[in-house]
Amino acid sequence: MSVLAVSAIKNLAVVLQNAPKQSWLSRAEPTLLNFMMLSFLLFVIGVAGVLSRRNIIIIFMSIELILNAVNLNLIAFSRYLQLNQDVLRQGRLPGANAMAGPVFTIFIIVVAAAEAAVGLGIVISLFRNRETVEIDEINLLKW
Amino acid sequence: MLNLVWLVPVLPLIGFLLNFILGRTLKLSERTVYVIGCGTVLLSLIITLGAFGEYVSYARANGDAPFVAHYFTWLPGGLAHYTLGKQSGALSRFNIEWGYQIDQLSLVMMLIVTFVGFWIHVFSVGYMHGDNGYYRFFAYLNLFMFSMLILVMGSNFLIMFIGWEGVGLCSYLLIGYYFNRQEAGDASKKAFIVNRIGDFGLAMAIMAIFATFGTLEFKDVAHLSAQYGVEHLWQFGLMSWIALGLFVGATGKSAQIPLFIWLPDAMAGPTPVSALIHAATMVTAGVFMITRTNFIFQRSVTMMLVVAIVGCATAFVAATIAITQTDIKKVLAYSTVSQLGYMFMGAGVGAFVAAIFHVFTHAFFKAQLFLGSGSVIHAMHHEQEMPRMGGLAKYLPSTYKTMLFGWLAICGIFPLAGFWSKDAILGSAFATEVFGGGKIFWLIGLATAAISAFYMTRLMALTFWGEERFRKVHAGGEADEAYASAVDHGSVPHDALRSSAGDRPHHSAGEHLGPVDITDRQAAVGVSHHHFTEPRESPRSMTVPLIVLAFFSVVAGLVGLPGSKIDLLGRWLKPVIVDVRQPAAEAPVFQAFEGAPAPEKAEAEGVGLAEIGLMVLSMAIAIGGVLLGFLFYVKRPSLPGEWSRRLGPLYKLSANKWYWDYLLDVKGVEAGKAVDNALWKVDQAVVDGGVNGAGWLTRFWSFISGLFDKYVVDLAVNATGWLTKAGNVILRSFQTGFWQNYALLFTLGLFVIILIYERSAISAVVRGFTGK
Repeated sequence: MSVLAVSAIKNLAVVLQNAPKQSWLSRAEPTLLNFMMLSFLLFVIGVAGVLSRRNIIIIFMSIELILNAVNLNLIAFSRYLQLNQDVLRQGRLPGANAMAGPVFTIFIIVVAAAEAAVGLGIVISLFRNRETVEIDEINLLKW
Repeated sequence: MLNLVWLVPVLPLIGFLLNFILGRTLKLSERTVYVIGCGTVLLSLIITLGAFGEYVSYARANGDAPFVAHYFTWLPGGLAHYTLGKQSGALSRFNIEWGYQIDQLSLVMMLIVTFVGFWIHVFSVGYMHGDNGYYRFFAYLNLFMFSMLILVMGSNFLIMFIGWEGVGLCSYLLIGYYFNRQEAGDASKKAFIVNRIGDFGLAMAIMAIFATFGTLEFKDVAHLSAQYGVEHLWQFGLMSWIALGLFVGATGKSAQIPLFIWLPDAMAGPTPVSALIHAATMVTAGVFMITRTNFIFQRSVTMMLVVAIVGCATAFVAATIAITQTDIKKVLAYSTVSQLGYMFMGAGVGAFVAAIFHVFTHAFFKAQLFLGSGSVIHAMHHEQEMPRMGGLAKYLPSTYKTMLFGWLAICGIFPLAGFWSKDAILGSAFATEVFGGGKIFWLIGLATAAISAFYMTRLMALTFWGEERFRKVHAGGEADEAYASAVDHGSVPHDALRSSAGDRPHHSAGEHLGPVDITDRQAAVGVSHHHFTEPRESPRSMTVPLIVLAFFSVVAGLVGLPGSKIDLLGRWLKPVIVDVRQPAAEAPVFQAFEGAPAPEKAEAEGVGLAEIGLMVLSMAIAIGGVLLGFLFYVKRPSLPGEWSRRLGPLYKLSANKWYWDYLLDVKGVEAGKAVDNALWKVDQAVVDGGVNGAGWLTRFWSFISGLFDKYVVDLAVNATGWLTKAGNVILRSFQTGFWQNYALLFTLGLFVIILIYERSAISAVVRGFTGK
């Protein structure tokens, strides 16, 4: 599994190196790299939110940001694969399917919605009992 | 019954075991206890009499040889093989048989012990009536009988030593019979400790005898000692050393100077005990032992002289002390010491037969006197002070009449027992051939006889004659005031200095002692009155022994009439006494004190004129003493006070017992303390120095060791701790407890990994932003 992941990342590096070397400002359509940069920014913002905020609601929102960054990434790659059928045909990314990205995205959205429902339910009951949503005050199980 | 002789000591032992073991657990009645106690002794007496009769014919058939019966090997000599790994040498022959030697001497002693012992047992039946420790008393008495019989019957020194220690133990137990009283406990300890000093000498002598002769049997030692010549005056050889050890033992047991101090204190025991142990039997064990070992003593002229001097001095000193004592039992106790001194003087001048004769007669009349005093004390409700008696003859007729005979006997009035035996000793001292100067002993002995007659008359007068002081004198009354003023004037020792005050607990001050009338009772409101009865004669069980012993006080002297033809005891005991002059017949060993030995030979034939003269003289002296006593205490009662003032220093000397107790108990103890203090100083300087030095060294070394520990070992340990603490400052900063911090670290790590592995991808992304 880890071998697969490492090879995928290496192939991704090859893909990125073969991207056209021109400034994104000079083109009309955003490239895959642009989407990845946006996704990266979203992800970093989400991570920073998760790591730095005390309010559990904000942390939830940050998690949603992370999930959406991943979703954006998945959709961007799916689009990239559709535009570059030769990459699939050449088999440079073995097992890759252009429809896998949207399917996973929808799946993630569903799971995120369920997670948000359960999570918020917990948060509400917590607030009713403890009258706080600050995570450093929710430490009953700590010793 | 010679074959049954082993039963003689065993029977009282059985009585002891029965009473001692069962007496308390089964709560035996007084009747059962005294039947056991007296019955066993009576059986012993019967067997002794039977053995006596049988031995007479045995001795005739065997040439006066002793009858020695061995029963079993008590200490086998082979033990030395196991304990010391020795197969040869003297110790492998250390074969001690348990055996009894029945001969003329032991039979006489057995008769005295069982006969007098039996009547004292009978007396105790009434005297101890109502006492809590009735069974204990009779058990101890029986144990004493057992020990005393072992002592006189044993066929060797070791068995005799067992009896010797046994009677010492019984003496201790019986003196301390009223153990809840301080003076009884003190007196018993004093008796025991003083006796230990004597026993030490005896034990040394026994060891020396074994080392010298290789055996401890009396018969063999007597035989072997014939090899040794007689050691002349001022020679001090082997025989003298052995005799010295034996004599030290005898002084302890028989209360001679310097060890006589325990006997007067021993009067704290019940009166029958005083009669049996401290007058009739045990204290004469020393005389018996010296007579038994006369084959050793006779071979040391020096020790014979020592024995005579000590005996003579004891007789005189004790008699002078007895004059001023007010406690009836104390008078008798000092009288006993004095009479024992007579016996030693007799043994010392070579008249062993006379010494044993005096043991014999003294046992009767002194037991009689003690029992009589016991009867008086009993009737007076345990009052022992003679100043609170007087005029008792009317109330105690039997006691009075029997004591008259005891009194006359001890004074040495003509036909009574004491006269014959005392005169035998004085006559022997006068005519002694052992060493010169016997006349000095005779003179002092004569003076002592006069003093004895005087103080015994005083005792009778104060007790039985004169006005009835007990009617007037209450405790805390006249007598006590007189006594207190005497204490103040220093003529009487204070109570605190008297270690023994007598038999049973004294009455507390103010308690009424005599009969009482109405006025008395009104006068003493708030004072407890226990005894309102007049003194009453004691029960039959107490008077019968008095009568029997009084009878023998009269007739006992008939066995030793002077003159070789009619002297039964002298002829009877002749085989026991060794004639040391025979082996060295060619050289005259002993020097006659003056003149040629011819007159003595003539004297031996019959009662010489000189002997009769001496008798008359001693008789006159005795009567003089008695008359003086009459004059002082009956005719003119003011005389004692006048003369005690006139002879102030002498009176004080006597009343304070020649300061002997003071010297031994106070000064002796102080000297001992001084020696101990010196030894303590040595101990402190040398031994403690060593110990402290060792301690200091240890401490010094441990100090260095401690430094090493503190600065090296602890440093290593602490350094480990410091390192851990320093590390924990860093590590602790990661352990914040906030999951967000952990997640941050996790994320940072992820970024670092990506940075390392995907540097090219990142540079591509960065290029995508910058467009380069």
